[in-house]
Amino acid sequence: MPLNRRRGGSPWTGLGTVVAKETADHLSSARMRILEALVFLTALAAAYAAIRAIRATIGESPFLFLRLLTLSQDPLPSFIALLGFLIPLVAIALAFDSVNGEFNRRTMSRILAQPIYRDALLLGKFFAGLLALTIGLVSLWLLVLGLGLLLLGLPPSTEEFLRMLGFLVATIAYGGVWLALALLFSVIFRAPATAALAALGVWLLFALFWSVITPLLATVIAGPPEGVFGPRLAYLNTQQIIDRISPNTLYAETALALLHPATRALGPVLISQLQGALLGAPLPVSQSFILIWPQLTGLIAATIVIFAIAYVVFQRQEIRA
Amino acid sequence: MADEVVIRAEGLTKRYADTLAVDHIDLEVRAGEIVGILGPNGSGKTTTILMLLGLTEPTGGRAEVAGFDPLREPLEVKRRVGYLPDQVGFYDGLSARDNLAYTARLAGLSRAEIDQRFADALDRVGLGDVGRARVSTYSQGMRQRLGLAEVLMKRPSVAILDEPTTALDPHSTQEFLQMIRGLKADGTAVLLSSHHLDQVQSVCDRVALFNRGRIALSGSVTDLAGRVLGGGHVIDVEARGPGMVDRLAAIPGVVRVQPLGGDRYRVDCQRDLRAEIARELAPKVDLLGIDFAAPSLNEVYNRYFEEQRHAAQ
Repeated sequence: MPLNRRRGGSPWTGLGTVVAKETADHLSSARMRILEALVFLTALAAAYAAIRAIRATIGESPFLFLRLLTLSQDPLPSFIALLGFLIPLVAIALAFDSVNGEFNRRTMSRILAQPIYRDALLLGKFFAGLLALTIGLVSLWLLVLGLGLLLLGLPPSTEEFLRMLGFLVATIAYGGVWLALALLFSVIFRAPATAALAALGVWLLFALFWSVITPLLATVIAGPPEGVFGPRLAYLNTQQIIDRISPNTLYAETALALLHPATRALGPVLISQLQGALLGAPLPVSQSFILIWPQLTGLIAATIVIFAIAYVVFQRQEIRA
Repeated sequence: MADEVVIRAEGLTKRYADTLAVDHIDLEVRAGEIVGILGPNGSGKTTTILMLLGLTEPTGGRAEVAGFDPLREPLEVKRRVGYLPDQVGFYDGLSARDNLAYTARLAGLSRAEIDQRFADALDRVGLGDVGRARVSTYSQGMRQRLGLAEVLMKRPSVAILDEPTTALDPHSTQEFLQMIRGLKADGTAVLLSSHHLDQVQSVCDRVALFNRGRIALSGSVTDLAGRVLGGGHVIDVEARGPGMVDRLAAIPGVVRVQPLGGDRYRVDCQRDLRAEIARELAPKVDLLGIDFAAPSLNEVYNRYFEEQRHAAQ
C-alpha cells in the first residue's frame, strides 16, 4: 500500500519550549561558566593591553576603538585573534553532546513521545546554543566597549560603532559554523567524547594545518606559485579559493576588512586596480560591508549546510532510547 | 466509551534493509483494556510501539491510535498517548517537577494545568514528598514511578508502557501494577510490553504473543492456554503411588502430564477430567488432592516456543 508521507501539524510546535529549556541549561551549566570565564579573562586582558599601547601612541589613528580589538601587545595576541581561536572551542563545548546526550540519558524517546517533531528538537538545540553564545559575545562586546570608554576617555564614532557591530555579527556567524559542526558530530557519534574529538580535529585542521595544506593543494591544481614574470595569478586565485573553505579564513578576512578600514581588497590586487586609489585612506563603512559580504554569507551558508546535513542524519535515525 | 477501539493496526509492517522487523500485524485495543505484548527480544514489540507512537515510519499497512494516523498526524497521536519507555531517563540536574514541567509544556499544557496535575500525579505514584528533589537523588524505581507520573499528567486515552517494572523490587512492582490497574479504571487503554509473564497475567485482559515480527497468538490467557496447552483445563493432582505419570497419561482426554516435584503433578486436559482422574486413581494409589490450576501464561509461553523450536529442528 503506498504511504502518504504528508505530516499534519507544524514542525515548529514546541520549538520555543526546547529553546528556553536548552538555553537555561547552557547558561546555568558549570561548563558554560568556565568557558565564559576563560574567554572573558583572556579577551579583556588583550583589550586592556591594547589600551595601554594605544594610550602611548594616541593620535596615530582616527579609529582608536578599532585598534582596541586589533592591536596585539606581547605576550598576548590581539582581541580578534583570541576570539578567532576561542570561539570554536566554546561552540564545540556547547553542542558536542547535545543530541547523543539525549540518547545516553535515555531521554530522547521520552521527549519525542511528546507532540513535537524532531525538527523542533534539533533546531531548538541549535538556536539555544547560538543564543547562549550570542549572550556571551554581546556581554563581552559591551564590556570591551565600556572598558574603552573608561580607559580611553573617548566615545566610539558612529563608524567605529557600526564596524564593531558588524564584527559582532560576523563573530556570531563564525560561532554558528562550529556550533552546527559540533551538533552534526553529536548526531553522528553516539559517544560524546568521539563527537568532541571529531569536532576538535576539524578545528585543529583549519586552525593549524590549513595554511600548510593550502599551498600544496594550490600547487597540485594550478602549478607552481612563481612564473617567469613573478607570482602567478592562477596560483594565487586557486590558493585563495582553497583557503576560503576554512571558516577561520572567512572570519579573519571579515575581521580584517571591518576593523582595518584601510583594507581595500581581500584578494590579489593588480596594479591596474590601484590606479587612482588613495593608499592608506580608510574605506567608508558601507564599502567595507560590501567587501565582507561574500565572507559573511559564506559563514552563514556553511552553518546552514552543516545544519542541514545534521538534520537529514537525525531524521533517519532510529529512536529507541 | 468502553467499547471504542483506540488502537488499531492492520497489516502493519516494518522492514529494515533485509530484515523484516514487523510482519503484517493486526491488533486492536479498546478503551479501558489492558493488553500485554510478549515475545523474545527482537520479535518486533518495540518496533510496533514506535510505529504506533509515530516515532518510526511503517513500510506497510496502517495504524490508528486514538482516532488518528500516527504516520500522518503524529502530533495528534502524541497528544493523546502517554509513553513510558524501557529504563526511562530524566535530566539528572533538574528536579522531578522541572523534568515533568518540560514535557508537560511540550505536550501543550498551561502553567496552571501543570501545577494542578503535577501534585496529583506525584501523589498517585507515591513521590509527593520528593517532587522538588533533583532526579539525580532518585533510585531507578523512583524514576520508573516518575515516568508513570509523566504519563498520568498527560491524562492520555492510551498508555504505552515498555518494560515498566524491570528495575523494581517485588513490593514496588505490586504497587506499580496497582497503578496500571488505576489507569484502566480511568478508562485508559494500556499496552504493556513485558518479559515478566506473571505480572502480565495479573493485570492484562488480553495478550498478544510476538514471534519473528508476527503476532503468533492473541487472546485471553485462558484462550491461549486452550490453544497451546491442548485444552483449556489444567488440573493439579497430589497423589502417592508407583507409575503416576503413566497412570495419568493413560486417562482418555489427558494431553500432557508434568511432575511438579514431591507427589504433585500438573495435568493438561481437553475437558474437565477431575471425576475421571479420581475414579482411576482412588482404588490404586493414595489420592491426596485434586483441583483446577489456573492456566499459567508462563507455561503457555514456554510451551509455544518449545514447540516452535521442535518444529524448526
